Amino acid sequence: MGYDWHRPLESQTLRFTLLTFLAIVVGGLVLLIPPYFMQGTVETIEGVRPYTALELEGRDLYIREGCNNCHSQMIRPFKAETDRYGPFTMAGENVYERPFLYGSRRTGPDLSRVGGNYPDSWHWIHFRRPQDIEPRSNMPSFAHLYRWPLDLSLTQRKLEVLRTLGHPYADEEVRDAVAEAQAQAAVVVARLRDEQGIQVSETEAGSEIVALIAYMQRLGTDVDLPPIESARAGAAPGRP
Amino acid sequence: MSERVSIQYDMAVVRGFAISALVWGAVGMLVGLLAALQLAFPDLNLPPYLQFGRIRPIHTNAVIFGFTLGVVFAGSYYGVQRLCRVRMFSDSLSRINLWGWNAIIVAAAVTLLLGKSTSKEYAELEWPIDIAIAVVWVVYAINFFGTVARRREKGMYVAIWFWIATILTIAMLHIFNSMALPVSWWKSYSAYAGIHDANIQWWYGHNAVGFLLTTPILGLMYYFLPKQIDRPIFSHRLSIVHFWSLIFIYMWAGPHHLIYSPLPDWAQTFGTAFSVMLILPSWGGMVNGLLTMRGAWDRVRTDPLLKMFAVGITFYGMSTFEGPMMAVKSVNSLSHFTNWTIGHVHSGALGWVALTCFASLYYMIPRLWHTQLYSVRLAEAHFWVATIGLVLYVTSMWISGVTQGLMWRAVNPDGSLTYTFIETVAAIRVYDIIRVCGGALYLSGVVLMFINVWKTIQQGSSAVPEAGPALTPAPVGGGK
Repeated sequence: MGYDWHRPLESQTLRFTLLTFLAIVVGGLVLLIPPYFMQGTVETIEGVRPYTALELEGRDLYIREGCNNCHSQMIRPFKAETDRYGPFTMAGENVYERPFLYGSRRTGPDLSRVGGNYPDSWHWIHFRRPQDIEPRSNMPSFAHLYRWPLDLSLTQRKLEVLRTLGHPYADEEVRDAVAEAQAQAAVVVARLRDEQGIQVSETEAGSEIVALIAYMQRLGTDVDLPPIESARAGAAPGRP
Repeated sequence: MSERVSIQYDMAVVRGFAISALVWGAVGMLVGLLAALQLAFPDLNLPPYLQFGRIRPIHTNAVIFGFTLGVVFAGSYYGVQRLCRVRMFSDSLSRINLWGWNAIIVAAAVTLLLGKSTSKEYAELEWPIDIAIAVVWVVYAINFFGTVARRREKGMYVAIWFWIATILTIAMLHIFNSMALPVSWWKSYSAYAGIHDANIQWWYGHNAVGFLLTTPILGLMYYFLPKQIDRPIFSHRLSIVHFWSLIFIYMWAGPHHLIYSPLPDWAQTFGTAFSVMLILPSWGGMVNGLLTMRGAWDRVRTDPLLKMFAVGITFYGMSTFEGPMMAVKSVNSLSHFTNWTIGHVHSGALGWVALTCFASLYYMIPRLWHTQLYSVRLAEAHFWVATIGLVLYVTSMWISGVTQGLMWRAVNPDGSLTYTFIETVAAIRVYDIIRVCGGALYLSGVVLMFINVWKTIQQGSSAVPEAGPALTPAPVGGGK
């Protein structure tokens, strides 16, 4: 068993390159194409809808600040994970995730079902200085988000692009994107001020942090899932 | 073989890439050190720009695309001309490659700092830069294949095979994973959603490891190790077997990044199975490298380059055993999302990739400036601090990862979770600090290299014509 058969190939650049291409292309074809067409890859889940204009802006801020480098949004089907974070992630929940934000490293806890776990005021205090809530936390401060005004100049265009990609936004949602974002922001600010007693300045009311909190509170709330029974005492779900 | 030709190799592009790679390596590792410090001491986050979430992608992009790929460009430009005994196809394309690529890295650093990110790991750059990358990559491909096509040597040596596989695969991965619809110049949305986006991203991500951090580095090993040790590759047959099996099998293993995710089970199983299979072709490369050194191990004692090759190849073997092990479902359930992954990556990156890159640079730089290396002892010191640093880094992250994984899953007798999340953060802090020490040592080795290279360049000259009759190209094939 020699390798003489291979010698001619080593002097035929074109043939060698074509064979190399064949060798590298097969795996991708098998793994990437069929999931698109196979039934059951993504099962439709009722209640899953695209992000609102404000939540979308919040999600883009999450990406801008690189939150996905420390927080996963993918719960695995183990008791320890579902006890801590809630029901495991299903493909049908992620159909409007562009890009996906599963993450690869949990420096901080999973956030895929954090929505509603804490009041807005908790996020308000926490984002400014996480150590005020948990002294052992190694999360950075995001105080600049309270100063930087929320930029809605691209919001309508973003919804248009996502609609082109298949997200089912209604005509009014796209047309009134900015107004709807401002209206939802006003609701968040009013809740902070009136119900939770947070002093929100006018600058802060128009700042990026409002969008990020709206996004946080949306995460995982599309799916109505049974409450977690086995969580107890100090280790309730999502409690860091 | 005995034709008398005088070939003027183009070494300007090699010098350019050698220097730029070193600079990006130092920058990328410095940013990595800052990121490591921030994990241990969160007050070192300096928002808005210098905080972990923004600088982590700068670290990965600088060391992968600035440093590693810079050395790969330098090494492949150096090697392919000699292996083909012909000057590069086009000096203009070489210059476009050099300046275009470095402009891309600058643009990457600036835009990532400003938060212009797609969030997809190792593919964070926004679409205008993605297009520039594709263009420069095509320039490199034309230049490389043009050179190979005009070669004076009958056969293509194994290093060239690995560089060909790199060029083809990276082009394919980059184009398909980067597909997006722009909103503006610096914002776009992925063409894929949810699980499909995850699937294609990790097809890209895993094979970026395969075809940026493995195959082109094997190309460097196959060229520079035989040159430095002055003996042929151990087995040509092994080269053939492990080349074809490596490139074929690698492309199936991506789903091991998505084990226990909503990705269809059959795809996850493919990922696991092919990852385990990958041990053999990977070890084929390791064995071929290590056995090339047989009979010359005494020289390892005195030659820091051979030390770097030997330890680099050994770490290649270790991390390509560890990787398949972590792709097994039961192990992955513990290791995924933990620092174990970070330790694994760095055992490959600091151990295999960077040491091989350093050795290749140490080989090339004195020859590029027509002189001797300024100080072998300094290179020796570089090897030792780098090795100690990387061992500290990797072992601390292993322990940290296993600690995290076990604490996350620990339950009390009544079934409730034993630890809150923050307790697992606090428990690994000591390892974060050890990691900082390891990284700082590793970086100090690069500083020593900087001094050494600086002095070498000062005592040499780039002006001497790069004449090379190239009568003895690297031997093709050897023992059977």
